[in-house]
Amino acid sequence: MFLQQLINGLTVGSVYALIAIGYTMVYGILEFINFAHGEIYMLGAYLGIIAIGLLTAMGLGNSSAFLLLAFAFIFAMVFCAFYGVTIERLAYRPLRRAPRLAPLLSALGVSIFLQNFVMVTQGTRNKVFPQLFAQNGFDLGNAKITYIQIMILVTSILLMVGLTLFVNKTKMGKAMRATSQDQKMAYLVGIDVNRVISVTFLIGSALGAAAGVMVALYYGLVNFHIGYTAGLKAFTAAVLGGIGNIPGAMLGGIILGLVESLGAGYLSSEYKDAYAFIILVLLLIFRPQGILGERLKERS
Amino acid sequence: MPALYLDIVGKKRGVNNNIILKLEDVKTSYGRIEALKGISLFLRKREIVTLIGANGAGKTTTLMTICGIVKNSGGHILFDGEDIKEASPQKLVRRGISQVPEGRRIFPRLSVIENLEMGAFIRNDRAGIRSDLERVYSLFPILRERRKQKGGTLSGGEQQMLAIGRALMARPRLLLLDEPSLGLAPMLVEQIFRIIEEIKQGEVTILLVEQNAKKALSCADRGYVLENGLITLEDTASRLLENEKVKASYLGA
Repeated sequence: MFLQQLINGLTVGSVYALIAIGYTMVYGILEFINFAHGEIYMLGAYLGIIAIGLLTAMGLGNSSAFLLLAFAFIFAMVFCAFYGVTIERLAYRPLRRAPRLAPLLSALGVSIFLQNFVMVTQGTRNKVFPQLFAQNGFDLGNAKITYIQIMILVTSILLMVGLTLFVNKTKMGKAMRATSQDQKMAYLVGIDVNRVISVTFLIGSALGAAAGVMVALYYGLVNFHIGYTAGLKAFTAAVLGGIGNIPGAMLGGIILGLVESLGAGYLSSEYKDAYAFIILVLLLIFRPQGILGERLKERS
Repeated sequence: MPALYLDIVGKKRGVNNNIILKLEDVKTSYGRIEALKGISLFLRKREIVTLIGANGAGKTTTLMTICGIVKNSGGHILFDGEDIKEASPQKLVRRGISQVPEGRRIFPRLSVIENLEMGAFIRNDRAGIRSDLERVYSLFPILRERRKQKGGTLSGGEQQMLAIGRALMARPRLLLLDEPSLGLAPMLVEQIFRIIEEIKQGEVTILLVEQNAKKALSCADRGYVLENGLITLEDTASRLLENEKVKASYLGA
């Protein structure tokens, strides 16, 4: 059973990790929790369904599953990136100099708006994500890894490696890190901080959308309120790894997924959702800066 | 804006072509507190001008106002004869104003080389950036040794060198230095001031803010004394060094 729970945990964990990256990147630069980020993930799941629906309507529904899925990913990621950048422009940027509570409340407002927007336009019932892959997979002794799980793991790893390369090797990526470390100095060396913030939202939202498509594929069902729980858990993952720290968000997500899955397997699956928050409470008591986080320094 | 128009504006304001920066009655406030109460100063090309004064006199505010980080509520700042009131900090870096800020503000979790690359953020000429990187390494050989290390792990003196190197990477025409000797051992202070004079050999104009007035005046061409947001004295550096009031208040003599 251990191996099976490990596989399940890694699958869910890599999804949490992708969402957690969005929280942590935004926090790193703006020092605020974008509570609307969970809804971006939910939008991503819906947009994935819509993308495949579009292709089917165009008579391309019988193309290879990989092509359909690739289109669903790109469609959802592009749209959500656009949503993320727009939300920042409209709901957060005007509040840049406002007291800290203001953008937080604005984020909650965006979250409520998006949930209701999807509820009104898509209905309150579960939507079914088309079964693109057979549910079977490989047998590994007494455990089994499905094709979908392999696809989720591989895609997540590719996206995270890509992000790591971007942040460490490109000029824009370095400018993002510089801005998160000292925003005033970023201005003084001529970095266009507004552009950096837009790119941050763009990337975080695209990754959240990818996570949405994967989860929709994994569970096969989507609802307008899935962003709430997933968002809270991914936020927990980000805090677990050390908020503001990108490798920390990846690690936090994986750990959270493993704890949930092993807890469900060995203790009780009834309390599956509680494990994440038990971890959050313990962490806030004993290591508030997170696993990889550094103690927050006073900023001038 | 066409160059001709700028020339006319420049002449109208009586700007000498040799003057790179001119502040006219500049006022800056933080909320209701007026930090600069109307200061006027100018820098000629390739000059080192120092701004001395006590803590809280408005020295750092002056530099931050020139860089566009805080906006002046009154007066004019003319760079190359053009009012830069509306320009963003990014734009001012592009036009040639770089700052080595108070407290150095090294990006602590970027490596030394990445810090220097960020200094050249506004540039896209790879070859030029590489040759300037070499120039910075030859000014500060220790930075080459430490190039892979995180900025936050450097000593105070090394961080100061990195901060100066980072500012030079933008290839500035006007360099603003805020307290470059603060918190450094005397030997390092000597070294930093030697470097400042070396930088001046290039095409760079320097506005130097210092608490160490003696050092600053002995390397500068001219100086201004700032007190409570007003300039109370201006003269050549050598005459300021001899001034009784300056001696009593700032030179500890």
